[in-house]
Amino acid sequence: MADANGNLVEVTGVDKVFHRGSEDIHVLGGLCLKIPEGEFLALMGPSGSGKSTLLNLLAGLDRPTEGSVTISGERIDQLSERRLAGWRARHVGLVFQFYNLMPTLNAARNVELPLLLTHLSRTERKKHVEVALSVVGLNHRHGHYPRQLSGGEQQRVGIARAIVTDPTLLLCDEPTGDLDRKSSDEILDLLQALNQDQGKTIIMVTHDNDAAKRASRIVHMNKGKLTTDAAA
Amino acid sequence: MVAAMNWLAQVIAVTSFGIRTLPERRGAAAAAAFGIAGVVAVMVSVLSIAHGVNQTMDKSVSSRNAMVLRSGSDTEMTSGFSNDTAKIVAEAPGIARNEFGPLASPELFVVIDLIKSSSNSDANVPLRGIAQAAYEVRENFQIVEGRKFEWGRNEVIVGSAASREFSGLDVGKSILVGSEPWNIVGVFSTGGGVAEGEIWTDASVLQPAFRRGNFYQSVIVRLNSEDSFTEFKDSLTADPRVNVKVIRESEYYAGQTAILTAVITGLGSLIAVIMGLGAVFGALNTMYATVSARTREIATLRALGFKTSPVLISILMESLLLALIGGTLGGALAYFAFDGFEAATLNWSSFSQIAFSFRVSGSLLIQGIAFAALIGILGGLFPAIRAARLPVATALREL
Repeated sequence: MADANGNLVEVTGVDKVFHRGSEDIHVLGGLCLKIPEGEFLALMGPSGSGKSTLLNLLAGLDRPTEGSVTISGERIDQLSERRLAGWRARHVGLVFQFYNLMPTLNAARNVELPLLLTHLSRTERKKHVEVALSVVGLNHRHGHYPRQLSGGEQQRVGIARAIVTDPTLLLCDEPTGDLDRKSSDEILDLLQALNQDQGKTIIMVTHDNDAAKRASRIVHMNKGKLTTDAAA
Repeated sequence: MVAAMNWLAQVIAVTSFGIRTLPERRGAAAAAAFGIAGVVAVMVSVLSIAHGVNQTMDKSVSSRNAMVLRSGSDTEMTSGFSNDTAKIVAEAPGIARNEFGPLASPELFVVIDLIKSSSNSDANVPLRGIAQAAYEVRENFQIVEGRKFEWGRNEVIVGSAASREFSGLDVGKSILVGSEPWNIVGVFSTGGGVAEGEIWTDASVLQPAFRRGNFYQSVIVRLNSEDSFTEFKDSLTADPRVNVKVIRESEYYAGQTAILTAVITGLGSLIAVIMGLGAVFGALNTMYATVSARTREIATLRALGFKTSPVLISILMESLLLALIGGTLGGALAYFAFDGFEAATLNWSSFSQIAFSFRVSGSLLIQGIAFAALIGILGGLFPAIRAARLPVATALREL
């Protein structure tokens, strides 16, 4: 749920410092970012610029050293580890570069995983899985295991898993980074459709300019700060 | 309730992923399971000796039998009294009778040197001189080969376990008692028990052969009923003509095996604990490797919203499963290799050999599997904590 100004995500004055031995590594410094509901934002920057760290903070996988992260009006940086896990399950869909599917589960069971964290019955879960797989065009491959699917298909299963709980926010960490151009285009088409047709708010970390052009807004980062912020 | 079901569903799901990926780690998993199997096999095998000895003693016992020894004696070896005392004992109230008189058998207990078949070494074998009532006092006595010895002659019958465990105890052969050869005329069974490891003969023939005069070492009596014991005991302890100790047969044999079973159980437990420690380290190594191999999977599940406790439990469950497989394997190995295996060992109370069978009982198998489970839990605990504490963001980045 967006705030009064229509912002779903609000990052305010966020610092992130990692400690390695006696050395402090400042990855993010005083970062501020607002993301309206329904936006498709591409986060770009060189390696080490802090974009993945920012994505982790938005996903509630990490906490800022300073500052606040508010999503749907909730300060997620103040939630306990346990509540954060529950919050992630309800509000965030994650898409990984290397798909991160469970090799021993077929496509349908992989997509069903986040639904195990809900109160849905087995029948209801099955229906949700069918819908999610049909959205990504893989209903006919529901019984196939990851090793039996191409990279593009595995990523589509990953996306189905990310959207099956109808999350508030879809966070994609280089979703086309491991794919060839054709498969990348298919995945980007899918993400665009999810954004435009279903109004999903998507934040995508990418190195790929072509992928970033599919977003409605591109934010560049360097050395832990936003450098440019423009419509695609 | 819903939250609990939800949590349970997470535990089942995460655990099943781990178990399904076991074939990918089959080398390490098999090493851990076989290590635990070895521990359980050794533990169960050693404890089955104590179990077998105890069972042999239990089979020696009748609730209606009592033993009379000289006061202050704990074993037949240290006991001794005159024929007059034996006659007074036989006339005490509470003893069952048949047409020939009271069921009381005054007996002589000596040991002779024979060769143990399994080791070809010398062994002290009990040679018991009995009276006629002995056949009635021992409930399940029967001749399984040959015949009973004739009273007044240098003849013996041997217990079925003794005939298997010691060389030269076949029917038709003879053994040297003192300097005389005594003929073996039969093999007997008492339905198991210590007596089957003994050689029996006529007490009145044995006495002069061992220069014992008209002395006995025990009187074994069959009582009218289990409840007659108090009457029998009170009458003898109150009788100023005799100075004897009256105990139930069960009490006597429990005392006979106490040292032996304590030593075997202690030794078996010590070996199990030492080997178990090694197996814990093996399981630890395997489960740390498992956590390492499953880092991606665990981090992904945590990122999706799975809580730490299902992850922790899943690692413990996997470790427990390997341990249970190992425990079952070890138990089965011990059972098929040793259950019923016949052996003889020194009874430290009588300094004579006691023949027994290894007994891998159900309770011993459960004990072995429970020990395996403990190894599994200890081996899985720290890796499970490590998995639960895995920093998700770092783990995902390190892929």
